[in-house]
Amino acid sequence: MRLDIVITGVGGQGNVLASRILARAAMDYGLSVRTSEAIGMAQREGVVMSQVRMGSGSFGALIPNGQADILLGFELAETVRGLPKLKQGGVVVVNTETIFPVSVSLGLSQYDPDQLISYLQEQADGLKPVHATALARQAGTPKATNMVMLGALAGLNVLPFAAAHLKQVAMELIPTRLREINLKAFELGQQAVGGA
Amino acid sequence: MKKLLMGNEAIAYGALEAGVQVVTGYPGTPSSEIFTTLAGMAGERGFHAEWSVNEKVALEVAAGAAYAGARAMVTMKQVGLNVAADPLMTLAYIGVKGGLVLVVADDPGPHSSQNEQDTRKFAQFAKLPVLDPSTPQEAKDMTRAAFDISESLGLPVIIRPTTRTCHVCQDVEVDEKQMERPKPGGFQKDPGWVIFPSLAIKRHRWLNQQQDEMQKIFENSPFNKIHPGSRRSGIVTTGVAYNYVLEVIEQMQLDIPVLKIGTSYPLPVHSTLQFLDGIDRVLVIEEQEPVLEDQLIKMIWQHRRPLVLRGKYNRLVPREGELDVDKVKRAVAAFFEIDLPCKEEKKLPPLPVRPPVLCAGCPHRASFYAFKQAARGTDAVFTGDIGCYTLGNMAPLNAVDTCLCMGASITLGTGLQLVEPERRVVAFLGDSTFFHTGIPGLINAVHNGARLTVVVLDNRTTAMTGHQSHPGLTRNATGQRVEPLEIARLAEACGAGLVQVVDPLAYDEAVQAAREALEFQGVSVLVMRRECIALVKGQNPSRRIDREKCLDCGVCLEELGCPALFKGEEGPVIGTACTGCDLCKQICPAEAIVEGGEVQ
Repeated sequence: MRLDIVITGVGGQGNVLASRILARAAMDYGLSVRTSEAIGMAQREGVVMSQVRMGSGSFGALIPNGQADILLGFELAETVRGLPKLKQGGVVVVNTETIFPVSVSLGLSQYDPDQLISYLQEQADGLKPVHATALARQAGTPKATNMVMLGALAGLNVLPFAAAHLKQVAMELIPTRLREINLKAFELGQQAVGGA
Repeated sequence: MKKLLMGNEAIAYGALEAGVQVVTGYPGTPSSEIFTTLAGMAGERGFHAEWSVNEKVALEVAAGAAYAGARAMVTMKQVGLNVAADPLMTLAYIGVKGGLVLVVADDPGPHSSQNEQDTRKFAQFAKLPVLDPSTPQEAKDMTRAAFDISESLGLPVIIRPTTRTCHVCQDVEVDEKQMERPKPGGFQKDPGWVIFPSLAIKRHRWLNQQQDEMQKIFENSPFNKIHPGSRRSGIVTTGVAYNYVLEVIEQMQLDIPVLKIGTSYPLPVHSTLQFLDGIDRVLVIEEQEPVLEDQLIKMIWQHRRPLVLRGKYNRLVPREGELDVDKVKRAVAAFFEIDLPCKEEKKLPPLPVRPPVLCAGCPHRASFYAFKQAARGTDAVFTGDIGCYTLGNMAPLNAVDTCLCMGASITLGTGLQLVEPERRVVAFLGDSTFFHTGIPGLINAVHNGARLTVVVLDNRTTAMTGHQSHPGLTRNATGQRVEPLEIARLAEACGAGLVQVVDPLAYDEAVQAAREALEFQGVSVLVMRRECIALVKGQNPSRRIDREKCLDCGVCLEELGCPALFKGEEGPVIGTACTGCDLCKQICPAEAIVEGGEVQ
């Protein structure tokens, strides 16, 4: 069993934690794991791409272009930017939320959400749009966006382990006082794709 | 047992397993988590861990411990090794008693560095052995082995992980038991510890002889392995590139022999020659500089092997940036003359540019803005330094005109001022950077009669690399309470004529202080002191815009470049990233920014 997952987003969205949760869950299932994350400068509102590989044995942590089975996009424009990593027929879960960079406010670059959504619809057959940030807010904090996205991914039944297992690992890695909110966020994500 | 560990954490576990007794370092991406992991265990496990003020100091402290027989480790990033180069080059002559391991993390790409220098070149230069891990597991195993190698050679050993080892997580087999080390024998007086020219002559000869010893040790190293294959063309590789080679071979279904070298300097001659016996053509794949390739070319010539060798010099393998499976595949395809199917590159729609920026509520934004206001109408130069505040270079602040290396804001500014004495120079650097190499530059500026303003952006931490301690703080790396050093008093002691401490978020006072500093004839130091927003986030309610009052003039958006502010349909909007720092409120000409948001 091999599975390559790319997580894209903006610094501060909890991208790294999401990749750790996936990796830990796979490891508990006896799969070899590799993750690679941007740590450092990019975390300050820059582009952050995490890669999670399950069952790839002695291969490296970097997923080749056109090879990812799943693209988990925490932000709309970053999902489009990450699309070249996805293989033909791969699954895309996209948070429809936009985060406008300063360059857009200053008129130095453009961001057209409608155009990007329709591009994604054209390119990715397996597109699952999720209002993840709105659902996270509903759960108690927009910071739980990553948990909604993981819930949605688990709900799609494309992982080599059960949704309940991913949920359990996520809860183990989250501080006790934040568990309730994050649990709710995870479940809202599952429901959003009809997975629970 | 197996643990999910980042390469940096794995290195820390390797040091732990080897019974490390002293750990020092200076933070720098991608190396920082090695030390952080160890510092967290230091109290319980009973070893010493310190963030030193810079890499030279870190290496010298570790060397002292190793002189006394302890196992010591020092961590830094590739550019940090330049700072530590002075002790390193001579330490190779002097040698060590206890095991001394330098972990120097390289950053090909580069993702967060000023250059892409290859530490293996430094190892060759210093004539020290270097190990080149390909995975977190191997990084852990190499760290453990490096202490033994260091002790058997009496020399420091360098481990050179790269970003994709440091910041990669893997299921790593760890040994929970810490190796019990005997109490170090202590320092024994001996003329061998004092480097005189006469000793240097002798030791240089010894160091050169040690190259053969290193080679012998590496001949049987478990870090070098052969993947058998039936063809007479093969690949020699090292470090993370090894992983990419394996994946490419599987993808392309090539039955070729691969030699993986984990000991990239010095190259083990006999085992490598044995591998080459079965081969007519060899492709060398390694990240960054042709370190293996150069050694192989030399070996082929010395041993008269009629081999075809390809790699960086034929431009088959890139010499700049990171490698990945796709790049390695292109090189392998070219070498084996295999046509790769031409994939049509999907053209993406226009996407917004998203460079890293100063965080919403970052006090540095306020400091830069205050100086921009104070210097308005002048042609002042703003020299910058290494840290979060390098991002002050981004539009719309455009407040960093130079950035070279740690501490160079002051010294470069001093040099600029020699050529254009009438032009105002403002040198910005952070609190940790001030302690790292800022102080000698400040002393130099004072002593040589410079006229410039030094701005210490004191956010009470080393923010860019993950909030490490420094001597201005009340806690050290292991959490002990220590007496903080006052930067303003140090600046006075260095001879700065005007020293002031201001809160950058008190906008009017900050601009006033900046004006006074700029007018001062001599060296002025302004300590702009306010905690990093990441340390105090969530303490203030966010702000909102009063639509009745807002003139939609664009000042808040266009002047500050705060990521919490963006353009809405009816004018500027303050988003959930707002931390309530109030800088925009203080510059809004219509007083339209008001309290009343939520605590995020």
